[in-house]
Amino acid sequence: MIAEAGHYALVLALALALIQSFVPVMGARLRDPALMNVARSTALAQLLFVGASFVALVTLHVNSDFSVANVYENSHSMKPLIYKITGVWGNHEGSMLLWVSILALFGGLVAAFGNNLPLSLHAHVLAVQAWIASAFYLFILITSNPFLRIANPPIEGRDLNPVLQDIGLAVHPPMLYLGYVGFSISFSFAIAALLEGRIDAAWARWVRPWTLMAWIFLTLGIAMGSYWAYYELGWGGWWFWDPVENASLMPWLAGTALLHSALVMEKRNALKVWTILLSILTFSLSLLGTFLVRSGVITSVHAFANDPTRGVFILLILCLFIGGSLSLFAGRATSLKQGGLFAPISREGALVLNNLLLTVACAVVLFGTLYPLAMEVLADFKMSVGAPFYNLTFVPLFALLLLAVPFGPMLAWKRGDLLGVTQRLLAAGVAGLVVVAIIWAWTRGGSALAPLAIGLGVFVIAGPVTDMAERTGLFRLPFATTLHRARGLPRSAWGTAFAHAGLGVALIGIVCETTWNSEYIATMKPNDVAEVAGYELKLDGLLERQGPNYREMVAQFNVSSGGEALSLMTPSKRSFTTRGSSTTEAALLTRGASQLYISLGDVTTEGAIAVRIYHKPFVLLIWWGPVLMAFGGMLSLSDRRLRVGAPKPARAKQRLQPAE
Amino acid sequence: MTLWFVFALMTVAAIFAVLWPLGRGGRPDNQGSDVAVYKDQLAEIERDLAAGLIAAPEAEAARIEISCRLLAAAGSEPMPAPDSSLKWRRAASVLALVGLPLVAVAIYVPLGSPALRDFPLAQRQRGAGPGMAQSLENLVAQVQQHLEKNPTDGRGWNVLAPVLERLGRFDEAVRAYRNSLTYNGESPERRADLGEAITAAAGGVVTAEAKAEFERAHALSADDPKANYFLGLAAEQDGRKEDAANIWRALLAKAPADAPWRPLVQTSLARVGGGGVTLPALSDETIAATKEMNDGDRNAMIRGMVERLATRLRQNGDDVEGWLRLVRAYLVMGDRDKALGATTDARQAVAGDAERLRQLNEGLKNLGLDG
Repeated sequence: MIAEAGHYALVLALALALIQSFVPVMGARLRDPALMNVARSTALAQLLFVGASFVALVTLHVNSDFSVANVYENSHSMKPLIYKITGVWGNHEGSMLLWVSILALFGGLVAAFGNNLPLSLHAHVLAVQAWIASAFYLFILITSNPFLRIANPPIEGRDLNPVLQDIGLAVHPPMLYLGYVGFSISFSFAIAALLEGRIDAAWARWVRPWTLMAWIFLTLGIAMGSYWAYYELGWGGWWFWDPVENASLMPWLAGTALLHSALVMEKRNALKVWTILLSILTFSLSLLGTFLVRSGVITSVHAFANDPTRGVFILLILCLFIGGSLSLFAGRATSLKQGGLFAPISREGALVLNNLLLTVACAVVLFGTLYPLAMEVLADFKMSVGAPFYNLTFVPLFALLLLAVPFGPMLAWKRGDLLGVTQRLLAAGVAGLVVVAIIWAWTRGGSALAPLAIGLGVFVIAGPVTDMAERTGLFRLPFATTLHRARGLPRSAWGTAFAHAGLGVALIGIVCETTWNSEYIATMKPNDVAEVAGYELKLDGLLERQGPNYREMVAQFNVSSGGEALSLMTPSKRSFTTRGSSTTEAALLTRGASQLYISLGDVTTEGAIAVRIYHKPFVLLIWWGPVLMAFGGMLSLSDRRLRVGAPKPARAKQRLQPAE
Repeated sequence: MTLWFVFALMTVAAIFAVLWPLGRGGRPDNQGSDVAVYKDQLAEIERDLAAGLIAAPEAEAARIEISCRLLAAAGSEPMPAPDSSLKWRRAASVLALVGLPLVAVAIYVPLGSPALRDFPLAQRQRGAGPGMAQSLENLVAQVQQHLEKNPTDGRGWNVLAPVLERLGRFDEAVRAYRNSLTYNGESPERRADLGEAITAAAGGVVTAEAKAEFERAHALSADDPKANYFLGLAAEQDGRKEDAANIWRALLAKAPADAPWRPLVQTSLARVGGGGVTLPALSDETIAATKEMNDGDRNAMIRGMVERLATRLRQNGDDVEGWLRLVRAYLVMGDRDKALGATTDARQAVAGDAERLRQLNEGLKNLGLDG
């Protein structure tokens, strides 16, 4: 009954979404508040039903009800409870259900907390959400139904892909989806504004925090995914420029741009049309990401062509929403009122530069992701675009962006003083240069660019520090006053500083890891000693262990440094009989921000084992950076004040001329 | 019955969600407007100014900007004119009352299986569950589960292996026989069974790996009939028909008269032309046995054809198509070494003719061998 009730709940959610798609729009046209209010209650009811459906699927997985095809194909009765739950979204059907659940959650939140929005905007936003939801409910029910049954249920399931049996699955996909789907809110607001033909002042006030929230989740989701790949895949790599990763990076880049332009819009009433376009683009890229990952088009264009139902359906959704929204934009954008004006050198100007660089970077990634696909379709020629391409294109763009980051928050609104800001950033620049010199002298070797890049990272961190020191009067005023001032500063200012510094932290981590990592690959016998980056690792022995649904071979390493014993490291190889596959569980030893990394290869006939040992200096900074960014985002989100950007008053001489 | 009751309740809840706001009529809620936002912004500036976050001249400039917008917004504030369009509300109600259940049923009925109950694992393991016949597959799964936890239970492997073989799950059967050997110790029967499973997994071809098992079984017990039979088959498949005939003849000589496998060996012997042995009149059992042997027969026939093709090509190597057919045949039979050998021969044979060599390389690439 649980299975069928869950199935029916999903069907009801579709029916409600269909009503929510039309009735409120009708109401907005007729200015009938009752009809418009239908959006609110149906959105909440939809959340209830989709939620019930999702809970039903989780219950089925937990109970190992193999009469449900989805459970049979992806679960196993002996799997630990946590993986029974996470396994729900560890497969295509379940993950799509999670996708629509989160969509319904956001719809429900807008319905519940949107009281201070103009009623017709509210109705339109929820209607657009319902369009998206209807399309995806249909997609799930028709092509990826998780509630299909097996009349004669088998006694045991096929188990979840062992690589996914990891705590990472509990965190990474929900985070990522909260990010992807969160951008649907700004998309719905953009479409609603286009439908209404006007942008209310309340528009930006709403869009900014929702975008910020989606951005925080997406940032954490990507960072988590990267760390997961790092420790689970056994190669010690944390970013591969693979299409699935790019699929999440593109919405992040566009979303970061959107975040900044939404800020300008809320504070200064400027960049309205651009913000709308970015909202559309960001969510379109989220949809594109879903298409790339879910249609199987990445694995091979031909595999996609063999079973095209799903792919074609998502492609249709994609064309409908992206094409429809962009044509609506093209038709309506000119009728929208333009916002405030500003000088090229100003906070607004800096944010425009940020937007330009981010969108170009995003376009580069889009090109690198789609080009191989296009080549495969058109010329039947398989290729991959990897790190060298992005090093030549993406990296310089981002370096330019990072160089500009410290300037932005220090420029005044409307008209800024670049020279003044440069002078104020002198200290930060000097700090960066000193670090460059020190590292240059210290390392001699490695890439010549590495010290420069680290200098840039230090500059990006020192910039916000200078800014905050200036604002709080650190070193100028007594400490107590500084502290008082620091507390008085809006949390959003602190958020900006933390998020920007996070960029620098991540950059330093990336450069250190790629330039100075050392690796040791060999076959080792018990009591062999490997020396890596000043650590001695002695292989104590190999032993077999039985896990709940796997058997594992564990190697025990005694790690010492300079004769002093540090710790035991136990990398292992797990073999899962049900799927007949195995995973490597790398062992990590964290020392400060650096890590030792051991992963196991195959056992040779003489009882020796292939081992890969890496020393990765400052590798953790790569993930601390995004965490810092997300923390900054949360600080800013917790700041419930309105954002008003007070412009720098024009000087008397300028006041005679009309504003720019 | 309960299920339909639950469905009905859910449907009613969904309909209610649509009807409720329609019924409450057009009370205009306290909705946000541009004016409200700008007023909030003005208040915010005062607060920032008081907190010392912005300087007085900047606050003044901001105030002027926002006031301008406030005035503009107040001028163009759309008058909320809630015409309660009763006609449309009725239409929406009808949509909810009729359309919603119709859509839900129209989608659910073809997709759902309302007749199926839930089958949580716990309940099924208690044995309850009509319609849950303890099929062989389920029993196998249970034994496998048990062995997963107690992999050293040799008896379990012993029981499981032949069942798996009968179910056609040869690869698993091979693994089970190997485990049985590990935990139960050596015996000619187990070795021969393992060899048989390997042969079955290879589609009836006695591979080198299988042959090694039969040889070990033979070494343990020279009279083991299964080992002897398959060693003969191996000889036949290698083209040594004389050896095959000798092995099988010796086997028949020692066999008890009522051995159930006698007819099988006799047909095999007849196939390799083991002269001298006249076939006994075809009894019913023999016919049944030959049916069992169909796989082996077919294999033998294919082998023969392949051999003839190889001989012909050795005499006249110009035939690119023929070479490709030979390589493909070897690949299909799982004999990669021979396929590679034939590749080399073919290259040598057509080396003098660039066009043929190109055709050959292309064909080989299609077969998945290096181009």
